Amino acid sequence: MSYDPNCNNENCNANRAEYPLTDLLITGTEINYLFICPTKLWYFAKGITMEQENEWVDLGRFLHEQRYANEEKEVLVGSIKIDFIRRGDVIEVHEVKLSKSMEKAHEMQALYYLYYLKKLGIKARAVLHYPKLNETKEVTLDGREGEIEKAIKEVERIKSLPAPPKPVKLKKCLKCAYYELCWV
Amino acid sequence: MRKRSLTLLSDGTLFRRENTLYFENELGRRPLAVEGIYDIYVYGHVTITSQALHFLAQKGIAVHFFNHYGHYDGSFYPRESLNSGDLVIRQAEHYLDGEKRLRLARLFVRGSALNMERNLKRWKVNDGFSEELRELLEKLEGARKITEVMNVEARIREAYYSRWDGHLPEGFKIVKRTRRPPENEMNALISFLNSRLYATIVSELYNTQLVPTVSYLHEPGERRFSLALDLSEIFKPIVADRLATRLVTKRMLSKGHFREELKGVLLTKEGMKKVLSEYEKELSKSVRHPELKKNVTKKRLIRLEAYKLIKHLIGVKEYEPLVAWF
Repeated sequence: MSYDPNCNNENCNANRAEYPLTDLLITGTEINYLFICPTKLWYFAKGITMEQENEWVDLGRFLHEQRYANEEKEVLVGSIKIDFIRRGDVIEVHEVKLSKSMEKAHEMQALYYLYYLKKLGIKARAVLHYPKLNETKEVTLDGREGEIEKAIKEVERIKSLPAPPKPVKLKKCLKCAYYELCWV
Repeated sequence: MRKRSLTLLSDGTLFRRENTLYFENELGRRPLAVEGIYDIYVYGHVTITSQALHFLAQKGIAVHFFNHYGHYDGSFYPRESLNSGDLVIRQAEHYLDGEKRLRLARLFVRGSALNMERNLKRWKVNDGFSEELRELLEKLEGARKITEVMNVEARIREAYYSRWDGHLPEGFKIVKRTRRPPENEMNALISFLNSRLYATIVSELYNTQLVPTVSYLHEPGERRFSLALDLSEIFKPIVADRLATRLVTKRMLSKGHFREELKGVLLTKEGMKKVLSEYEKELSKSVRHPELKKNVTKKRLIRLEAYKLIKHLIGVKEYEPLVAWF
């Protein structure tokens, strides 16, 4: 069964009984943040966002808008929003990133999308783009479902905490939009 | 690009043509880089088109209006784009719980008082203020009602004004704090700066998830954005009072910068211009922040105060009001 994002028809919706996935309500960004910083994840999930002020975020947005202007972008599927997709024999999920410094987080985010789509019965593969480095990296799910399930549980645990986890000061904090909030 | 505040002192029209904002008056038409504008302060007689307002709303730029006398009239406060239901509930919780509200109200007064003390020490006119303050702060800790907190605050302020005068040159003494209308030059200057500071704080709050109408020392929503009034207690001594003092002791302002009207003593246009330009300079000065271990502007300190409040509300860290170390 394939998923048609353009379908607004009731019957069509009835055909995909598993959509939306009520047990998967977290976003790709949340999975990403889990591997960057649990404190940031908590604040972000509670709506205390700082991204609007971060120049790195702006730069990423700009790159995404300009570099892949002709792609089918910001594809919303339930609770996930994919940078852009390409349709072929299998659906290709594309994520655009600035640098490789958070590679693990990027990979897990892409894996989560693949996991999510698989639950919907959609076969897909993922490509991470690093246009500034002129590099791409392919990510496949095979056999890594357990890793993703563990991450999902951890995101849910952190989101349910009454207060954010204590931050840990690392080098990456200096570039983070939450720096002042965490350390003031 | 660092976004900056835009102040419109002259008369003219603010409008949008395509994706550019323009300010036009008899001197010509000036395009304004909208991406570089943080907020706008309007003192002149300015006509704003609805198209300009749509554009400003889209860019999340607040516009603050001041009347002919330089008093705050109101703000164009674009639809909130930063929402956190969780934080709103915590804000309300800290208001509804009497103990929690009192704690915050006391902290605002305490911070304000310690900043006044800091000023008097800088000006070398402390003259027994610190001793008096210790007693009043003890009373503050014992205050069981918001009205009691307010009373202590008024007594601290009175003690502060009487000494502050000792540092001011002849002709620029406060004598007695008078508001509507300000009865002499120094009162006019303080009121003008306080209005401007209040609007600055409103802008900062707009850029956070805090709801500006839920406050603790002042009654929520009682006229205007009362949370900005709470926070302004902390910043009045170290921003407005210091700047007012500097402007008159360094003779940057003279009697000629003021005029007398039925509405009391007021700054002239030239006076406002001078004060506003010094205000902008003052807020863009930076100081080394001991916790963050980096330089932050004085304006940024307001935002940091909002962050500290957020952390208090969600139970991360007890709010500690800013006490100037500079």
